[in-house]
Amino acid sequence: MLWSSFLLAIKGIRRNLMRSFLTILGIVIGVAAVITMVTLGNGATQAVKDQVSSLGSNLLMIRPGTRMRGPRGDGTPDFKLDDVKAIREQISRLAAVAPQVNKSETVVAMANNWSTSVTGSNNDFFTAGSWSIAEGRKFTDAEETAGQAVCVIGSTIRRELFGTSEVLGENIRVKNFSCQIIGVLKSKGTSNMGQDNDDIVLMPISTVQRRIAGNRDVSGILVSVENESDITRVQTQLTQLMRERRHLTDKEDDNFNILDTRMIAETLSGTTQVMTMLLSAVASVSLLVGGIGIMNIMLVSVTERTREIGIRLAIGALEKEVLLQFLIEAVVLAGLGGIIGIILATITSIILSQVMGVPYTFNVMINLVSFIFSAGIGVLFGFVPARKAARLNPIDALRHE
Amino acid sequence: MSALIELSNVTKTFGHGQASFQALRGVDLQVEEGDFIAIMGPSGSGKSTAMNIIGCLDVPTSGEYLFQGAHVELLDRNQRALLRRHYLGFVFQGFNLLARTSAKENIELPLLYRGESAAVRHKMSTAALEQVGLTGWGHHTSGELSGGQQQRVAIARAIVTNPTLLLADEPTGNLDTTRSHEIMQLLRSLNEDKGITVLMVTHEPDMAEYAKRSIEFVDGKVESDTKNPALDRTGITTKSKDDQIDQTGVIQGDFNAME
Repeated sequence: MLWSSFLLAIKGIRRNLMRSFLTILGIVIGVAAVITMVTLGNGATQAVKDQVSSLGSNLLMIRPGTRMRGPRGDGTPDFKLDDVKAIREQISRLAAVAPQVNKSETVVAMANNWSTSVTGSNNDFFTAGSWSIAEGRKFTDAEETAGQAVCVIGSTIRRELFGTSEVLGENIRVKNFSCQIIGVLKSKGTSNMGQDNDDIVLMPISTVQRRIAGNRDVSGILVSVENESDITRVQTQLTQLMRERRHLTDKEDDNFNILDTRMIAETLSGTTQVMTMLLSAVASVSLLVGGIGIMNIMLVSVTERTREIGIRLAIGALEKEVLLQFLIEAVVLAGLGGIIGIILATITSIILSQVMGVPYTFNVMINLVSFIFSAGIGVLFGFVPARKAARLNPIDALRHE
Repeated sequence: MSALIELSNVTKTFGHGQASFQALRGVDLQVEEGDFIAIMGPSGSGKSTAMNIIGCLDVPTSGEYLFQGAHVELLDRNQRALLRRHYLGFVFQGFNLLARTSAKENIELPLLYRGESAAVRHKMSTAALEQVGLTGWGHHTSGELSGGQQQRVAIARAIVTNPTLLLADEPTGNLDTTRSHEIMQLLRSLNEDKGITVLMVTHEPDMAEYAKRSIEFVDGKVESDTKNPALDRTGITTKSKDDQIDQTGVIQGDFNAME
């Protein structure tokens, strides 16, 4: 009976090619849309996470200014190098403490010029920012203390100013002084937000303070913690220490803020997760539309199907034989649609994730959920009208208008 | 030997309460094996309802229905389906072939439900096509066939299983006169040559003349039950059409002369 029902189901599909095709199409579109959108959304979230973790791990960033005011402009004082020294002396188990001063400057070499960000810091900056040296060396203590005109450049600067020629020992001109290149940073590539990580010129902080900024301010401090579990303790201690050093009374709010890179990561990936959810919602609509398409096709053909069932019953088919036939038909169509949808989604996701530059991962859960949902609609709306018809008296099914 | 079919005091009521309608008001009927019966009557007289009940497509509200001595009114859905599968064949006014399906596949459908092998199905459907004069038309779908041809396919489907009883509900209702007579000749030859009992509902007296026995329904009851009505007229009306009918007409004429 199973075999003959299967045979009849296949014949039924072949006889109603258009209806079968439209049913499959509805499922394919629903499944493919949901899987593609969710996969790309997840890829984007992953990409943002990767990006943030490349900023450096276990990292705290201290910046002047109250938390909620955004960019500075509220007159809160900058840090000084003494603050850096105090942090290093008073807080234990730190991997790196790097002061930071950033200035936008145009740098010139070999008749090329390039507008970039000049960062003043110390050798701890390499640790804190997860940088490594591709060529040359870091700063010496003497260079740091004396504020000599030496610099380590990013690969973008090297490419833009020097092309492919040798750079170590060459000079670049920043403002009114010449600066010798002692090292080149290993490339970190472009961040997902379109920011070029390698567009950087690094000098000892005293060099930048004296020759470019003209003051002794430190605009931010990077603190890298040895163990991730220490981050909360270090953050509390830093807050206490900075409040003391900035002479804040208990009533006053912090006039500095401490950012945890993990928090940035969480915030950013939270944003992309919201985007993923939004995309999923849009995709769910296409799943629903596909489902409604299937319902339509099935309901439109219900008269013909009811009559057909009447004929089958009249010539001696058992109710369960008719049911089995239509169930198999529905399952075959829905299953086929689901599988084609998954294949289509996989191909589309792989291509699109390449284009968008986000990692591709096969998400079993979403594949399963969208498959079950749309295949379920296909089976339900293929099978339920058939079941209703098969339960009629054969003569009523035959006369169905 | 008992009759093939015995209906005693069969009633059928549609609907409930005030809106109910009594289609059959106590029908008593006996059908012998090998008979060819035309059921006639005005619209709403219950002739189709009686036919559907005999064909197990519908169930009586009350009364007894014996098929080869078995109480059909006590059978469940599946048993009735099996009775249809093994003993009955149906021909409908609207042909009721499966759309977009070849004649051969339509004819093989009852065999599929019987679980016959592909080879047996092919052999039997070819034979059935031959019997209805459609040899070589097996691969045509119903859309490609004329009304008369479709009805022949439907008859082939009904007889492919060698049923005991062939039920035809206004088989000529959708056909022109020439096709109608062809179909009636086919039914008659099936009755005479293969011994299939034929029960046919019609409202055309011309078609009823092919039957051996005519039953008239009025208001849900059997009004009259006559044997061999107007046999000679069959011969006259169809004399010019076909030699074969001419011969039967002569035989029937003889019958008439005896009366």
